[in-house]
Amino acid sequence: MKTKTDICVIGAGHAGCEAALAAARLGFKTIVFTVSIESIALMPCNPNIGGTSKGHLVREIDALGGEMAKNIDKTFIQSKMLNLSKGPAVHSLRAQADKLAYSNTMREILENQENLSIKQGEIVDILVENNQVAGVKTFTGNIYECKAVIICTGTYLNARCLCGESITNTGPNGLQAATHLTGVLQKLGINFRRFKTGTPARMDKRSLDFSKMAPQPGDEKIIPFSFSTDPAAIQKEQALCYLTYTNEKTHEIIRENLNRSPMYSGLIEGTGTRYCPSIEDKIVKFADKDRHQVFLEPEGLSTNEMYVSGMSSSMPEDVQIAMYRTVPGMENCEIVRNAYAIEYDCIDPAQLNATLRFKEITGLYSAGQINGSSGYEEAAAQGLIAGINAALSLQGREELVIDRSEAYIGVLIDDLVTKENFEPYRMMTSRAEYRLLLRQDNADLRLGEKGFIAGLKSAAEFEKLNKKQKSIQDEVKRLKETRIGAAGYVQDFLVLHESAPLRSAVSLADLLSRPELDYKKLELLDKERDLLPEDVVVQVEIEIKYEGYIERQKRQVNQFKKMENRKIPSELNYDEVSSLRLEARQKLKTLRPLSIGQASRISGVSPADIAVLLVYMEQYRGR
Amino acid sequence: MLNDTIAAPATAMINSGIGIIRISGANTIKITSNLFPDLEKMKSHTIRYGFLIDGENIIDEVMVSLMKAPNSYTREDVVEINCHGGTRMMNSILECLVKNGARLAEPGEFTKRAFLNGRIDLAKAEAVMDIISSKNDFALKSSVSQLRGAISVAVKGLREEILYQIAYIEAALDDPEYFSLDGYCEELTEKIEVIINSLNRLLKSAEQGKVLKEGINTVIVGKPNVGKSSLLNFLIGEERAIVTDVAGTTRDILSESVVMDGFMLNIIDTAGIRQTEDEVEKIGVERTLKYAAEADLIIYLLDSSTEIDENDRRISELIKNKKVITLLNKVDLCSNINGFELADIVNRIYPHVDNLGDKSENPQSTIIRTSIKDGTGITEFSEAVKKMFLRGEIDNEEEVYITNLRHKEALIKALESIQQVKQSLDKKMPEDFLTIDMMNAYENLGKIIGEQVDDDLVNEIFGKFCVGK
Repeated sequence: MKTKTDICVIGAGHAGCEAALAAARLGFKTIVFTVSIESIALMPCNPNIGGTSKGHLVREIDALGGEMAKNIDKTFIQSKMLNLSKGPAVHSLRAQADKLAYSNTMREILENQENLSIKQGEIVDILVENNQVAGVKTFTGNIYECKAVIICTGTYLNARCLCGESITNTGPNGLQAATHLTGVLQKLGINFRRFKTGTPARMDKRSLDFSKMAPQPGDEKIIPFSFSTDPAAIQKEQALCYLTYTNEKTHEIIRENLNRSPMYSGLIEGTGTRYCPSIEDKIVKFADKDRHQVFLEPEGLSTNEMYVSGMSSSMPEDVQIAMYRTVPGMENCEIVRNAYAIEYDCIDPAQLNATLRFKEITGLYSAGQINGSSGYEEAAAQGLIAGINAALSLQGREELVIDRSEAYIGVLIDDLVTKENFEPYRMMTSRAEYRLLLRQDNADLRLGEKGFIAGLKSAAEFEKLNKKQKSIQDEVKRLKETRIGAAGYVQDFLVLHESAPLRSAVSLADLLSRPELDYKKLELLDKERDLLPEDVVVQVEIEIKYEGYIERQKRQVNQFKKMENRKIPSELNYDEVSSLRLEARQKLKTLRPLSIGQASRISGVSPADIAVLLVYMEQYRGR
Repeated sequence: MLNDTIAAPATAMINSGIGIIRISGANTIKITSNLFPDLEKMKSHTIRYGFLIDGENIIDEVMVSLMKAPNSYTREDVVEINCHGGTRMMNSILECLVKNGARLAEPGEFTKRAFLNGRIDLAKAEAVMDIISSKNDFALKSSVSQLRGAISVAVKGLREEILYQIAYIEAALDDPEYFSLDGYCEELTEKIEVIINSLNRLLKSAEQGKVLKEGINTVIVGKPNVGKSSLLNFLIGEERAIVTDVAGTTRDILSESVVMDGFMLNIIDTAGIRQTEDEVEKIGVERTLKYAAEADLIIYLLDSSTEIDENDRRISELIKNKKVITLLNKVDLCSNINGFELADIVNRIYPHVDNLGDKSENPQSTIIRTSIKDGTGITEFSEAVKKMFLRGEIDNEEEVYITNLRHKEALIKALESIQQVKQSLDKKMPEDFLTIDMMNAYENLGKIIGEQVDDDLVNEIFGKFCVGK
């Protein structure tokens, strides 16, 4: 049987959901395939959305017109802005999700999305004709003809779960693994690697003694993820998390049983992420630490399961029970689901270009953990970009590429497709070299226009954004131009706020840049000011307070942009560039960077190679 | 980066009469006019005579030509400074330009810009590529040769320390619930002080290293007719032939470099000294004062055939406490010199030498008996210089001057960044602001030892700190 459609999305995890929604919202008939309807937007590991740098990604997804932020705003049970004592660039929002609600709410959005349909079934073949995607085939033999395919298979490809000596060939949560696609993709010339990740056990809440742990409440004032969510509408009673610690006893049990951990006995072949180390790893690598933090986090309001953050493991069940029971408050713990490690196939993302399309196959995109990333947010961000680009390319429009100076999403994708990556890639604020500009508070200002151009943001939304931008600029200008003299009441005000008195007149902006003063305090000296929305004030304050640093970063970005804007012609033949060193030539040939800037970030390509390439390009242009 | 302003010698940095330094980029005029204020008044494609100044001090007498964009070699604003040749002079001019905001050009960078701005004929492309790649090899080799040695060990140590601190902050930023930064800034303030001191020390040692690599700036002093010119001519020997004959031009040779046994002397000998040879007072005081203040080494010539007089005592006062090698010349003639008076002269020059110490070990207090006419004592002189400057370690590594200056530039930039960190700490800026400048310092230090940054930070975070859930 044959069915015609426009775009097929394989997998309905966090990448698949965003990809499918974006494609359908941009007007294309889209089908999203999943091995199980119950696994749509499943959170098989930690029960939170956001966190350091991941919170930035969620905000950016929202600014571009994605769904994740809105969905967590509807289903969170605790919310916290992390790093509030640090600079604004590293403030990061993190919410505990009600996992089941999150999954169901997203499913509802998908089910009610125009142009989008959901099909349960495993895709076993991808049809390609003349390097152009033609369709997909299900296990049951159905063929779906289409113009673009987005692969979002997560950790399901040839997945294998390990819990001590017991191994099952299943995906996360015991779901059916996808065993056909790796071979199909290999035949299409796509290279694979094998990665590993893991998850801790889930405990029965009733078996835990929280009186021995420190409660971890959410923020008093809840800040939503989505720029379109009204903060007042989401203030609510929040669930508690709890903090406890491992101890010498825990570590002793782990050390004694290391030979039974598949990580150390050699059973695991995949490369794990250093960011999500198992408790075994932590104890081996950081032997000098006498304790490690353990957070107990609720998996939802309708379940008793608690997630044991900080103690993921692939130890056998009996060792798991023994080690968990050494932790204060967990002496009588009952495991609902064991901790396990999971191994899976993922592609070498260097085969993708920055639009997330396979360089050699028109219409074939991939997003999420199959690209070697880890985390829900990283997956969703890629899914959104792949979905937008599949649609844009079918519309015959220029595809969306976000660079490193514009968003964490740009850093994420550039790192994946440019740099060599040997472990599941996790977003970190330290990876973003221009992070002072890439704040979670200004994601809408940074990306709103791109969302509008792509077609996911309405003209009204864009208009609203432009107004916000203008009132920020106007207010900054006003503060810089308004002079304050050294009058008596001004000096009194300054003394009151432990700020140095004035020697001569200064601008309001000068005063605002003093660490001890803020916009609100200055109201006394600035009585004629208009009442501005809080989000505008936040931007004004940041722009003035950190002006020097922001200016320095902007200069760096200008330099960076120059190199990014020097595009390398896609047909350039590196074999003709005689002065390139062999290693550089090989890397450039496989990676085919879009710009000189991207080329310069490839490991093994030296500044001398870049100079040679620039000269060659000039020659080339002259032909 | 393509639009900043770059500077480099356009002629080889050898000891020729004239050298040319070229500056190109958006800020060329702004930067150069700090050294040559007349530049702002100049029309494009004209040349003007004048003095290069560094604040109050005159650096050199020069001709400056200006070629405004786009009618220049690089199609950017270009200035060429025609100055006196030789590493020493060109070096100080480059340093001044860097101080005012220029960056030292990479090998082939002017040509690269000329290309990128569409200035150069395409047919030349292949040839230019060859130049760029060969220059790169050269630059690579010279930086590799510096990988060894004490400086690189020190730089590596500093980088490790800086990276550790960055990783500490970053780990805490990425994992705020597992890592606390409470009290960290106090600790960091102390560490930053230590780093600033180390960088200052390194900068100083870069200066010392300069002496070995770029030659010892030397002045010959002595009263008239002691044999200063003879000594100079003797030392120059065959080199004389390649020195531009300066007579009749306005361009005096300021220094002549003499390669001796494992070291190089840049002997300052101005035409001025010769011109005013009859004005005894002037030689004795003004010239000596001026050059002795800047010199690394003073060769003090005495004439054994004449008595020590007031001029000698005056000179010895002026060169007090400098690095001095005293030559007692004309020993082939009859000696008319009084031993006590001679000892008095030495004590004047170097009053702090312990009289009980073994004077023969100290080249400062050794008097070398020479006869320049027949070469007597020149070997001993050479040994004394080595003892004074090389301390037995003869550095045979071939160094490229430009590489050294680039290292110094990187050190200065690293120091500036670390000072910025200190300021941010004083202003109590949040920790994430600190790492911006710390990373800059780390990258600049990396340039010295030729290491790239890439994934150092992420590896350090994972390697040193237990992050992750």
